[in-house]
Amino acid sequence: MNTLSTKTISIDCLRYDPATDREPRWQAYELPFTDDMSVLQGLQYIKDNLDGSLTFRWSCRMAICGSCGMMLNDKPALACETFLRDFHPGRVRVEPLNHFPIIRDLVIDQTDFLAKLESVKPYLIPREDKAVADGTFLQTPQQMQEYYQYSQCINCLLCYAACPQYGLNPAFTGPGALALLHRYNADSRDAGTHERMQIVNAEDGVWGCTLVGYCSEVCPKAVDPARAVNVNKINSTKDFFRHLLMPK
Amino acid sequence: MKRSIKPIFWSLFGAGGMLSALVGPMLIFVTGIAVPLGFLLPRETMSYDRMLAFVDRGFGKLAVLFVISLFLFHGLHRMYHCLHDVGIHVGAVLKAVFHGLAIVGTIACVYLLTTVGR
Amino acid sequence: MTVGPGQAVSNVKAFVRPMGSWWLRNPFYRWYMVRESSCIVITAYAAVLLCGLLRLAQGRLAFDAWRESLASPWAVGFHLVALPLVTYHAWTWFKVMPKTLPFISIAGHRLADRTIVVSGVVAAIAASILVFLAVFLNAPRVSP
Repeated sequence: MNTLSTKTISIDCLRYDPATDREPRWQAYELPFTDDMSVLQGLQYIKDNLDGSLTFRWSCRMAICGSCGMMLNDKPALACETFLRDFHPGRVRVEPLNHFPIIRDLVIDQTDFLAKLESVKPYLIPREDKAVADGTFLQTPQQMQEYYQYSQCINCLLCYAACPQYGLNPAFTGPGALALLHRYNADSRDAGTHERMQIVNAEDGVWGCTLVGYCSEVCPKAVDPARAVNVNKINSTKDFFRHLLMPK
Repeated sequence: MKRSIKPIFWSLFGAGGMLSALVGPMLIFVTGIAVPLGFLLPRETMSYDRMLAFVDRGFGKLAVLFVISLFLFHGLHRMYHCLHDVGIHVGAVLKAVFHGLAIVGTIACVYLLTTVGR
Repeated sequence: MTVGPGQAVSNVKAFVRPMGSWWLRNPFYRWYMVRESSCIVITAYAAVLLCGLLRLAQGRLAFDAWRESLASPWAVGFHLVALPLVTYHAWTWFKVMPKTLPFISIAGHRLADRTIVVSGVVAAIAASILVFLAVFLNAPRVSP
């Protein structure tokens, strides 16, 4: 059987032009596809051949840049690693990532996430400054295992699209930023935990999470943000009682 | 950013969640299905005299207090969050009501345990 | 109106979608809601026990009346509904427990999530058996 034989699939895209539309609308496209085509390739076919106005973000085509996050049949996914063959013969519904304002078509406004990311101080804050001549910071494999999975985050925002608490309350710091916060706290080379505690302890910090757990389910890099957030509930509780019993 | 007082209620929620996960199903089965129907256990298992004797002991008092209080703290904390989840605006007042009910229930339980049998 | 390079996104009339009944849109969310709704029956059950304690304090007549009401179809019906819900709460509680714990190393190997879940479930089964046996062994002997 020829697995590359051409078939047809229907893709319904949510369109929105801020200049002309009051609200988003659906637009259907029919296109030929082969078994090896990703949803991203389907969108690229539409843009190249059917409708040049369709707007979406993409870059690497291999699930490392984090640009092509979208809602595919109500599930947050990377368009480049989701395949049209898995939807066929059904229709594919493509919408921009949930819980973010739509700028245009499938492009969302990431400004809020970028601000949250900056707020968690996502960089190593070493115990003391080290001159380059003194060499590198050393770390055992076991020490690296403590934070490694959290360092795999590609900022694709699928976890934010998955998180209903973020959708209900955009002030919530959210899974991705908190996972990156934890990535640095858990790094043996870092001594900035104290500086990041204010974010952790806040109502919109880890306490905005109710462990729905869908964030970890959709993460394409197995970062497990749900764990990063909820492990810090214990840390925040310890910090709370420590502060209560021994106020500085 | 202001420090949240959530840790207090979360700890109680967690304790109640653990307790209800460990013994909740069996307690519900025993007290709500088996004994009232006389199924696997005689109806007299929860007779007035036996229950009075149970709460007369220190262990009995603690068991009743822990179950009622922690189940309340767990359930009411989660109920408060459920309201938020379905889109109902919950503020400081509702937070105080839900957690307040758990506190009131606990106090009532303590009071009743000290007065029962007199 | 187009957004040129260097232009702030805030110039654009971005569209914010309402949350609506989000919990219905995905099986994962629906099960989350089932899990969360267990809190209603847990609270109600605690209230039932508290009521029983009150009746106990009020004396034999009051307590016996409460016992009678426990055998009513409504009461048994409530407990029959509560049982699977609280069991589901127990299952999901242990399922998410690994996510609340830091990485635990035993003899150089990280404790697997599955081990934590299985331990929790085993503990719950053991506790349940203990509770039943404690009641069963202390139950009055029913005369034939």
